[in-house]
Amino acid sequence: MAESPLAPRGATRIWGHLWMILGVFVVVFPVYYVFIASTHSTQTILRPPLPLLPGPEGVANYRDAFSGGIDRIGGVSLWRLLGNTALIAVGIAVGKIAISMASAYAIVFFRFPLRMAAFWLIFITLMLPVEVRIQPTYKVMVDLGLIDTYAGLILPLIASATATLLFRQFFMTIPDELLEAARVDGAGPWRFFRDILWPLSLTNVAAIFVIQFIYGWTQYLWPLLVTNSNEMNTIVIALRKMISFADAETPWNLVMVTSVLAILPPLLVVVLMQRWFVKGLVETEK
Amino acid sequence: MKLTSLWLCGFAAMPFAAQAQTEISWWHAMTGANAEVVEKIAGDFNASQSDYVVKPVFKGTYPETLNAGIAAFRAGQAPDIMQVFDVGTGVMMGAGGAIKPVAEVLAEGGFTFDKSQYLPGIVGYYSTPEGEMLSFPYNSSSPILYYNKDIFEKAGLDVNAPPQTWAEVWAAARKIKESGAATCGYTSTWLTWIHTENFAAWNNVPWATNENGLAGTPELKIDAPLFVKHFQEIADLAKEGVLVYGGRTSEAKQNFTSGECGILTESSGGLGDVVKSGMNYGIGKLPYDETAEGAPQNTTPGGASLWVMAGKSDEVYKGVATFFDYLSQTEVQKYLHEQSGYLPVTMAAYEATKSSGFYDENPGRETPILQMSGKPPTENSKGVRAPNLPQLRDIQNEEYEKMLAGQQTAEEALKNAVTRGNAAIKEAAGG
Amino acid sequence: MQRTVFPHKVLPWLLLAPQLAVTLIFFYWPAGQAFRQSTLREDPFGLSSTFVGLANFRRVLSDPSYLNALQVTVVFSLFVAFLPMVIALFLAVQAEKIVRGRGVYRTLMIWPYAVATAIAGMLWLFMFNPSFGTLAWPLRQMGINWNPLLNSSHAMILVVAAATWKQISYNFLFFVAGLQAIPRSLLEAAAIDGASRRHAFWTIVFPLLAPTTFFLLVVNTVYALFDTFGIIHAVTGGGPGKATETLVYKVYNDGFVNLNMGDSAAQSVILMVIVIALTAFQFRYIERRVHYG
Repeated sequence: MAESPLAPRGATRIWGHLWMILGVFVVVFPVYYVFIASTHSTQTILRPPLPLLPGPEGVANYRDAFSGGIDRIGGVSLWRLLGNTALIAVGIAVGKIAISMASAYAIVFFRFPLRMAAFWLIFITLMLPVEVRIQPTYKVMVDLGLIDTYAGLILPLIASATATLLFRQFFMTIPDELLEAARVDGAGPWRFFRDILWPLSLTNVAAIFVIQFIYGWTQYLWPLLVTNSNEMNTIVIALRKMISFADAETPWNLVMVTSVLAILPPLLVVVLMQRWFVKGLVETEK
Repeated sequence: MKLTSLWLCGFAAMPFAAQAQTEISWWHAMTGANAEVVEKIAGDFNASQSDYVVKPVFKGTYPETLNAGIAAFRAGQAPDIMQVFDVGTGVMMGAGGAIKPVAEVLAEGGFTFDKSQYLPGIVGYYSTPEGEMLSFPYNSSSPILYYNKDIFEKAGLDVNAPPQTWAEVWAAARKIKESGAATCGYTSTWLTWIHTENFAAWNNVPWATNENGLAGTPELKIDAPLFVKHFQEIADLAKEGVLVYGGRTSEAKQNFTSGECGILTESSGGLGDVVKSGMNYGIGKLPYDETAEGAPQNTTPGGASLWVMAGKSDEVYKGVATFFDYLSQTEVQKYLHEQSGYLPVTMAAYEATKSSGFYDENPGRETPILQMSGKPPTENSKGVRAPNLPQLRDIQNEEYEKMLAGQQTAEEALKNAVTRGNAAIKEAAGG
Repeated sequence: MQRTVFPHKVLPWLLLAPQLAVTLIFFYWPAGQAFRQSTLREDPFGLSSTFVGLANFRRVLSDPSYLNALQVTVVFSLFVAFLPMVIALFLAVQAEKIVRGRGVYRTLMIWPYAVATAIAGMLWLFMFNPSFGTLAWPLRQMGINWNPLLNSSHAMILVVAAATWKQISYNFLFFVAGLQAIPRSLLEAAAIDGASRRHAFWTIVFPLLAPTTFFLLVVNTVYALFDTFGIIHAVTGGGPGKATETLVYKVYNDGFVNLNMGDSAAQSVILMVIVIALTAFQFRYIERRVHYG
């Protein structure tokens, strides 16, 4: 590992460790907390203060969750919930990467009439969240017959320009000589993309995949609106379905188990892909 | 791979199932144990006959469900049955063309709707002033008093005699705090629903003009002396630390189940959590103000009802009527009542539950029914209605919170709530 | 400088087509609808509607509670835009100092990023609710009268902390990447010059991180404006009073809970204008960076 010139001496390293431990403690604590809570009984969870060590109910809670506890309330199996959520998250990530790479490619490597108009048409939507336009969007989905379909869950959420922007920025850093050389070799747009651009973009693709996967995985309001059957529910909706602060009893132990299960997959994706992720960001930054 | 093909099978199978039977969609906001009850009732109904399939769909919180229904209606895809919370009743009643009155659905479906078979306090709340039932009460509850028997004993209070009037509650709460039996004497959920709307009904004073809005656009009356006195007492107790504020809705229940507070006023539906916490609790009727004439009158329900949306086929309406008829059956009502803690809708279900000895084991379950049906309701106690009740409650909560934080007196808080509330009603009523 | 480009004229449109299609269908069409609705006075079910011109905007903008929400949003956004950045930058620099175990810290730091807002809100409620919060309990035992339910400042601190917590990871990752992108030779040269580390950081490293910092500032601002809705909804519900009611929360509350369609649509349009202005602002900046950076 390369030593950073920012820290040549030993004492600062110890300070670095201390600060990082403190930072990590604060940042990770809530996640640890939900895990701890998932190993206690509802009664313990509801009587503060919650112990800060795992409790004895862990095995029972998880067994209950996997053997029907979640199905009973959600009306659909846990695996189906996780499968749906994964499918939506992957669909959004892949869909977004596909359409945004294509459009960024067109904008950077071609000159055509109305190019700037198309450019602004897309980029003005950069930050507009689904929530602000939720009701009209719903009407569109009904008109298109996309209620209760995976397409309906995925398409509206890939309609933003964040990924396009990142790809455009990255493509603009590709040395001009590469394209010149490819043109001299007689390479067309497809060959240039396949042989040169795609391999260079891999880390960026990974970074955007992670960002979009998480975005898709954590959606709540939109999936709630466009799904009309339990079979299409996501894990986050199922979780909300269990929580009642009002009249009904809430199986808090199951809520905590479900929370853990809802956090784990995206956590794994981030952790496993973090090396590429950071590398991708570094390259975009250049 | 295996999972994918399983899903595909699922899709392929769905249309076939739907062709044979008429599908009836039911959008609901039931969570936790109540979501299980919904699935069970729908499943049992589907198994009981072969013409209709009721398909319950969870659509989020009450506001989320209502909005999903509205968005769907505007897009021409409204569900057949929609569960709407009590405060949304005004909105639904104003949406004449969007809904079909339940009484009509039942009659056209060939079922006789006999009003006398239903608990009047509940059905009255969901009917027009002329008495036509508009929506089917699914889950109703009413506020009652809970107390911690262990804390009562420690404080030297009689564990078998819960306080009956607010003055007695304040005295007991102070004693709890002073004796050190608990750090907090009294807390309450829902200052709006319990201490404003039900306070008015239970003490037989108007919440607003025009029969509390049932007979026309209301004008709030909650700055009357009785309210001012009551809220000033609440503010004083909060200042002394005897009363702890838990939040706008049901949060304060946790202050009670955790053993922090000795007395709680909460919806009867909150009993499940209280039981589950394993505490030694007792139950009493909602306290009243002994200086109010005619108190206690009767309490009003909270909860939600099922609305039937307009523009569906006769076949669907027939199915909805069949389902509502099934829901009214004594066995189903008894199950709902005992399982979820919500009140039964029919007299027969109440009688059956009573004779089965359920209330001997669970005395708390009967209290809200007795409270609601003790006296015939007056024009102050049939319930409250406004086109924008959620907004009115927001305004009241904001003013109450300022009062509890010591920024204003009870009189100022209630005056502000009335002024702002009336302006909002005028706005919402299209003035 | 003119880039080498492909000469095709139709192919680029084909490549753009999918993105343009989803943008038009799922952005421009709904945005147009929202705009139309903002000039109407409608009942929730859309059974009757009257054209009222700009009356909704006039009412919204003259409503004291809208101005209050604007104020709350500014305060909240300032904190949520800067706090995660400051903390993340500090920690990223600390991580840079460490040789062994850097990967472990980094992995742990990004955990909150994977937590859905719906879950985060619930967690914070469980930790800090004055009555049953695990962490509120020790605060009370220490004699701190922790009460976000009635104390506006406490409520604001709570939502800012929760929103900041969720955003630290993202900022941390970008700063880690930004630090790694700085050429080692530059830092070594500074070290040889005898510049103190702190001095080297502020004069060399920090200016080089400016693009990252600015990017994060915009991302954090948009996050504070929109994505924190779920946290506010779960943790304070906009209260006490209206102390934590932000613009987006107000759009939700007026439209979703109070069913005031016209006002809510007008507020959405105002929000869209704000976001588009922010985006345009960012663009001018990014354009500059790409050309000269």
